[in-house]
Amino acid sequence: MINIKRILLIALLLAPAAARADLEFTVQSNKTGALPIAIVPYSGNEGLPTDVASIIEADLNRSGLFTTLPRGDMMEKPDDPSRVDFRNWRAVNMDSLVLGKLTRTPGSDRVSSRFFLLDVLRGQQLIAYDMPAVAPDQLRYVAHQMADLIFERLTGIPGVFNTKIAYVTSTGIGPSRNYALVVADADGYNPRTIASSRETLMSPSWSPDRRKLAYVGYERGRSGIYIHEIATGQVKRIISEKGINGSPAWSPDGSKLLITLSFETNPDIYLYDIQTSQRRRLTDHYGIDTEASFSPDGQSVVFTSDRGGQPQIYKMSAAGGEAQRLTFSGRQNLDASFSPDGKSLTLVNLDEGRYRIALLDLASGNMRTLSEGGLDESPSFAPNGAVIIYATQVRGGGAELATVTTDGRVRQRLRQPGDVREPSWSPFAK
Amino acid sequence: MFKQILVTSVIAAGLALSGCASKGKKAAPAPAPPINNSGMSNYGASDSSVSGTGLGNGLADLANKKTVYFEYDSSDLTAEGQGVAAAWAKYLAANPSVRVRLEGNADERGTREYNVGLGEHRANAVQAALTSGGASASQLSVVSYGEERPVEAGHDESAYALNRRVDIVQQ
Repeated sequence: MINIKRILLIALLLAPAAARADLEFTVQSNKTGALPIAIVPYSGNEGLPTDVASIIEADLNRSGLFTTLPRGDMMEKPDDPSRVDFRNWRAVNMDSLVLGKLTRTPGSDRVSSRFFLLDVLRGQQLIAYDMPAVAPDQLRYVAHQMADLIFERLTGIPGVFNTKIAYVTSTGIGPSRNYALVVADADGYNPRTIASSRETLMSPSWSPDRRKLAYVGYERGRSGIYIHEIATGQVKRIISEKGINGSPAWSPDGSKLLITLSFETNPDIYLYDIQTSQRRRLTDHYGIDTEASFSPDGQSVVFTSDRGGQPQIYKMSAAGGEAQRLTFSGRQNLDASFSPDGKSLTLVNLDEGRYRIALLDLASGNMRTLSEGGLDESPSFAPNGAVIIYATQVRGGGAELATVTTDGRVRQRLRQPGDVREPSWSPFAK
Repeated sequence: MFKQILVTSVIAAGLALSGCASKGKKAAPAPAPPINNSGMSNYGASDSSVSGTGLGNGLADLANKKTVYFEYDSSDLTAEGQGVAAAWAKYLAANPSVRVRLEGNADERGTREYNVGLGEHRANAVQAALTSGGASASQLSVVSYGEERPVEAGHDESAYALNRRVDIVQQ
């Protein structure tokens, strides 16, 4: 009998998706070792705004870990495992097969879906799911969720196709410069400007429940830290002291922010309680202390400091106190953040005149360079810990986004007109 | 990817470099260079016609001295920067109702938030020079934009030299 699991689609995103993708993807990867998979067009998909199978196919292709079979090479298009002739798929060297069907709920315009992942070589069913009924314009997100489930079953790594990225764009130079804070789906689709300004916007940071973004804005020559609630569009300026108000980073429980303030003397790290507006100074040093970030367990904090001359990464208890230097290779190391498992840091490493994204293994102290640019910055882990997104300068000027898997095998570029920078990858939806 | 041409203080005093520093790549005119009153320009100053220290109290004399430039990863005032600060200090001391905002900036190398820190250190260095030259602290405010507000869009040292700066903005 078919083993159907039921899952809940919670918080299926807010805006009805309509905008065309602004970020254009290119994937570079060594496809040797990529898993061959066929995604059969789903039955019942005619007349709906999203081709579910093609979204799944695009997601899996973009990961660099799969190669998909063109529809024209499919000898059958079954929508149920009982109708599959595995010989047809072995003949075209497929390892895995995805098929499914969409059903309109009678009396409403909602669409429910059921899909299957089959092991072609063994002739076995690996997973089968019934997805809850959604409005047609939400089918795209159902497709991403299916891709996540397929990806996790076949690679052992949770998929991040149903996540978001926030980034900052800027156009123009000098006084005519314009800044926008944008949130898009992880595939670049549905970019929405959530804040725009003639003055600088920077350093977006997702709350752990991914309902809010903290960022830095400037108003009439004064910086401040803002919290933007994505569902409502409500914005609150939480602090605007004299001097620097910068580098917000959420605590894992979402109750506090690490921030950089300079009003007392010079840039130091503070812990700001969002409920009470109380703040506590964690560092007190004449050098620049900034770019603080919590460990996933909330017990420790890493930050950038030039107390030793050049900027390097230091670690201290979340209560403050003595800091211990973590980075020793390269001329500078900056802007570190923890992997979701807490075992490594991604950071910006300056060596031989090139700023590149690196991975520091905390147990061994080994540092590995992951990116290939000259001015790469703002690394942010995907919530599965397997991919890092960052900003890179393109030849001839301009900045765009790029991703690299932590094993360095798969790289992507995400382009759009104007400067795109400071990407921040959202947590998983909860 | 980007060039690191170091055009620093090794350049002989008074040398006009504007032609070669831009490598003929871009025709875009560089922003007006600060007046070189010390003869120690650390970048290509095409206008070397004004020099010396004969500065009056008038704002007109300061119109071309609204920017203090810095060397790479440094927030120390150059001799030239000290000259600009001294002129402003004199003007502010003589005109106590005038208020200025010191806007610190950095070139694009390094991370964004660290550069905000660096820009503030630069603005603080100018602030200290102004107050020690007779300006009152109440006339001065400081903000840092880090690398967010370049005046020159290029990605080489000639652009970087123009972006490592503190703008003195009269309120």
